[in-house]
Amino acid sequence: MRGKKRELPGHPMDRLLRVDRIPHIWCSGCGIGTIFGGVLAAIQKLDIDLNKLAMVSGIGCTGRMAGYIKVDSFHTTHGRAIPFATGLKLARPDIKVIVASGDGDLFAIGGNHLIHAARRNIDMTVICVNNLNYGMTGGQQAPSTPLGFKTTTTPEGSPEEPFNFCYLAAACGAVYVARWTALHIRLLTNSIAEALQKKGFTFIEILCPCPSVFGRRNKMGNALETLKLYHDRSVIKNEIDPKEAGIDLFGEIVVGKFVDRERPTFIDYYRSIVCHETPEDNVIRIAR
Amino acid sequence: MRFWRRPLDMPPVKLSRGEVIILPERCKGCGFCIAYCPRGVLALSEEFNKKGYHPPYVKEADKCVNCHFCEIICPEFAIYSINLFEKEGEKAGA
Ligand SMILES: Cc1ncc(C[n+]2csc(CCOP(=O)(O)OP(=O)(O)O)c2C)c(N)n1
Ligand code: SF4
Ligand code: SF4
Ligand code: SF4
Ligand SMILES: [Mg+2]
Repeated sequence: MRGKKRELPGHPMDRLLRVDRIPHIWCSGCGIGTIFGGVLAAIQKLDIDLNKLAMVSGIGCTGRMAGYIKVDSFHTTHGRAIPFATGLKLARPDIKVIVASGDGDLFAIGGNHLIHAARRNIDMTVICVNNLNYGMTGGQQAPSTPLGFKTTTTPEGSPEEPFNFCYLAAACGAVYVARWTALHIRLLTNSIAEALQKKGFTFIEILCPCPSVFGRRNKMGNALETLKLYHDRSVIKNEIDPKEAGIDLFGEIVVGKFVDRERPTFIDYYRSIVCHETPEDNVIRIAR
Repeated sequence: MRFWRRPLDMPPVKLSRGEVIILPERCKGCGFCIAYCPRGVLALSEEFNKKGYHPPYVKEADKCVNCHFCEIICPEFAIYSINLFEKEGEKAGA
């Protein structure tokens, strides 16, 4: 066989990638690419009709995902991925909508949209890449920055306690809530596939190394060291109350599937209460 | 697994064999695939690619078991494995 050029099958994800844009912009050792691969693997696994799938993202390093996936996608303005996705879902209830964005985009500038989409139970899957800061703009403090950690806007260390995104999403009404790290790739892929099959607002947070900005400023070494930290500190606690599921980089990083429940979606209520298509009691009975 | 003696009813263990393929121009030299390959198949090469990174090279081709872990951990879609053939192995888990 040597000497002759062999026909190779090509990378198995090429089918879902805009290969002409690869290599992507993410830094060496950035975990966003691995997480993106997990999203693509979940789509592959479910064999979703690619004409019935859309990805929406906001602004930031994570927000670039929408530009690399070969399905209909939209890169919205900062913080507005969820309202765009809401409109898309209501206009086209037959398609699956994935929102992929960063911790800052989804919970700082976009925080209000997220809590109300979860409350209304709009049918979408939100992939939140949590790199503990604003990566794209050089590493400012985000609502996820752990207490005492350095960012460009908190050079002495952050004096604020961060949000627990999973607890917040669950309290707002998300029907599926999970947290993983960029190292839990197989579990993450299965979790995304599970969330994509559920009706309603599903939320997955993934801890992600940002070696160029957050890692460097906090002297965390290269990305391999951050992966080792995830390996050493992560504890899987499925079904635990997300209130108890903290992220302590010096203690325990709690990961797992925390919430998996049923609730009528906004469209269910709308069809029943506003359009009188289905008997009201039906939907309201499911709600109880 | 090592046995003190081979159990008579032990079925032959199928050891899958893989071939790992590297797309050096996509690689950014992060070393994830090298660090997390369970069989020590890969190592960092001395060569540079066009972007100036050191891609991995296949050091121990025979050891690849087609687990795809390098493929799923690589942030760059720069490496993947394919099934070579199924070998009736006695060295299970060796
Ligand atoms: C309205 C508006 N304000 C501010 C910015 C600048 N900006 C771009 S990305 C970003 C933060 C991104 O952080 P995050 O969502 O965590 O994404 P990451 O880059 O960390 O993946 C900000 C503030 C902007 N593009 N638009
Ligand atoms: S700045 Fe951080 S988050 Fe953005 S691509 Fe680089 S490593 Fe990734
Ligand atoms: S497929 Fe598995 S064994 Fe083969 S090189 Fe990749 S990680 Fe190593
Ligand atoms: S994981 Fe991918 S990008 Fe990183 S060294 Fe291996 S092939 Fe290169
Ligand atoms: Mg961020």
